[in-house]
Amino acid sequence: MNRPSTIAVAMSGGVDSSTVAALLAQSGAAVVGLTLQLWDQTRLAGKHGIPEAPKAGRCCSLDDVYDARRVAEHLGIPYYVVNQEERFEQDVVRPFVDEYLAGRTPIPCSLCNNHLKFDQLLKTARSIGAERIATGHYAINEYDPARGRWILKRPADRAKDQTYFLFGLTQDQLAHTLFPLGNLTKPEVRTAARDRGLSLAEKPDSQEICFIPGGDYKQFLSAYLEEQGRPMPDSAGELVTSSGEVLGHHDGITGFTVGQRKGLGVASPTPLYVLQIDPASHRVSVGADAELATRELRAGRLNWISIPVLTAPTRVQIKIRHRHEPAWATLEPDPASPCDSVRATFDEPQRAVTPGQSAVFYDGDEVLGGGWIR
Amino acid sequence: MAPASQRPVRVYMDANATTPLLPQVVEAMHPFWTEHFGNASSIHLDGQQGRAAVDRARQTLAAFFRCHEAEVVFNSGGTEGDNTALFGLLRSGDHFITTAIEHSAILQPAQRLAERGVETTLVAPLPSGLIDPASILAALRPNTRLISVMLANNETGVLQPVEEIGRIADDAGVFFHIDAVQGAGKVPFDVSRFGCHLLSISAHKMHGPKGVGALYVRRGTPVESLLVGGSHERRRRAGTENVPGIVGLGKAAELAMRSLADGTMDRLAALRDRLEAGVLALSGTGLNGALADGQPAPRAANTTNIWFDHLEGEALVIALDLKGIAVSGGSACHSGATEPSHVLMAMGVDKTRARASLRFSLLKTATDAEVGYVLRALPEAVERLRAISPVEAGTLG
Repeated sequence: MNRPSTIAVAMSGGVDSSTVAALLAQSGAAVVGLTLQLWDQTRLAGKHGIPEAPKAGRCCSLDDVYDARRVAEHLGIPYYVVNQEERFEQDVVRPFVDEYLAGRTPIPCSLCNNHLKFDQLLKTARSIGAERIATGHYAINEYDPARGRWILKRPADRAKDQTYFLFGLTQDQLAHTLFPLGNLTKPEVRTAARDRGLSLAEKPDSQEICFIPGGDYKQFLSAYLEEQGRPMPDSAGELVTSSGEVLGHHDGITGFTVGQRKGLGVASPTPLYVLQIDPASHRVSVGADAELATRELRAGRLNWISIPVLTAPTRVQIKIRHRHEPAWATLEPDPASPCDSVRATFDEPQRAVTPGQSAVFYDGDEVLGGGWIR
Repeated sequence: MAPASQRPVRVYMDANATTPLLPQVVEAMHPFWTEHFGNASSIHLDGQQGRAAVDRARQTLAAFFRCHEAEVVFNSGGTEGDNTALFGLLRSGDHFITTAIEHSAILQPAQRLAERGVETTLVAPLPSGLIDPASILAALRPNTRLISVMLANNETGVLQPVEEIGRIADDAGVFFHIDAVQGAGKVPFDVSRFGCHLLSISAHKMHGPKGVGALYVRRGTPVESLLVGGSHERRRRAGTENVPGIVGLGKAAELAMRSLADGTMDRLAALRDRLEAGVLALSGTGLNGALADGQPAPRAANTTNIWFDHLEGEALVIALDLKGIAVSGGSACHSGATEPSHVLMAMGVDKTRARASLRFSLLKTATDAEVGYVLRALPEAVERLRAISPVEAGTLG
């Protein structure tokens, strides 16, 4: 029996995870395909302007399950759909909604990776006799005997780097996960898919948050709260300058994101940006682009990867958004709360440090760790 | 390429999902694909050969239902039979009684009819999975037009007291439909004893082909046809007869009658009981569909439904599949993933336990060796799942 080497591949129906399944099946490993069914795309369809028919390429749409199944069939591997809708709602959707209502800009993909994609998937894999999982993420993980730790590194294809969303992985998860695409570029992956006869080799990448078809957060919030019988909280308030001068009023803080320029509803000779959202007073401060820049950042709910814990000030590069160019900073335990919080001081002021997003700390190509911006 | 993790051995214990065609059925159908391909409605010899085959099958089905040949309507299967009964009889302003444990081929049409002004009462089962005839009686209204109750539940195998419900319907002058899809081939039928006006079956649940079934329609029942477009089946079901399928259904019904008479069901029940006792010997397991005294409710000979504490049924289904064993978790199929069973939930089983339940449904060809294989493979799979324990201890009600 090959049971000890059985690998469960997380298959989304996209080209990346399909190629992973193909590469592993070809290598002779015993492969089982699993798709996590996370969200019913028809659940809120047609409500509050959400499209009736989700576009192709949405995670968990019937089309994607169909595509994943076809790939598994083509490769001759066993394939199953595992329902995790309830857990997804509890661990990802509800926190997302609550964060938004609290005036922060949440990032559901990291929550999903931490709670569902790795934690649950690994549990499911183990329960069916697979020791390891493989995903189509662009990242590299390797064991460093010198440090006795598993290391997470940026991939060969920098444009596809997904390490920002993976900072929450534990040592146990890293030790039992394969990222077979880490050393390939996207064009190489598409070529590999074509060479292995995968009909979805040209399928476009998905970009939006999977449970928000069309990408309109406000539509989703309204429809979800209505379904849950929760009222949309009244968070209308004042629009003020950084010095406290009232410029006007807004309908609710959920419409705003730090750094946002459009749709502020006030006239100004110079462009205005959202600087800060205060969930308590519902006050939204706006100001010039220059005012968006800050030197300091605090992050909590930390996870360390290449070090056991941060004990002393360390020079790192920090990514504060998926598309952010890592910026040099000095990272140190937060004097106010040294055990579960860090403070970073950037060399150059950074634009739009947004509470609710994650901050990921890099030492060269390695992910030192990360946390959630407070 | 052959998947390394898949064993050549397959033990199929999901007969309530579907069954393989018996060789005699395949053989009986064979001439009707290319040789006797005629349209049963044509005048010429080729057509007449088709017509004769359909008539012979009708005769067999009449014996199977214990009804008159004119009361047999061939169709595409259980879903069509159920839909025909409901949409064919119920109009806005009517009241309809059914149960919370029906197949979705009844529940979803009922929902659509409710949107169109048909009042609907869903009767809940007892914790054993049995429908209490008294709750059907209590649900009657002056405008009740139809009662629909299944014969054997697909998930628990529990046999419903259709005869008593038939008498209630008769006393009230209300039409009675039985969804007998899961009863076919497992218990003998007698539509006059059941007291029903309509009864649906599907061929593929009793070793016949998929996509064909029959609806018994008692003479004089004013059921409107679902499909319109030809005078087939005495204007009760338009569409060119599926001759090979109907022939296959006829042969399957004939073989089913034979095994209902020759002791096959007793042998099957003994195998099922051995399997059940072996599984229940594992700690943290229990029977779904037990009476107050712990004994199983009356049920079809091939089915048992068992809960396992501290694991997810879905993962156990996958783990067993990888060991070559086909069983089923919840029956409701939603984009290929399992939902907690509405049947078990209606019986008062909590969600966690409903999710941790497995249905074993044996083919009538099941062997002692197959049961032995499952009983050897199951403990390891259960142990592994519990060691991982995605369901925390203490979350069970």
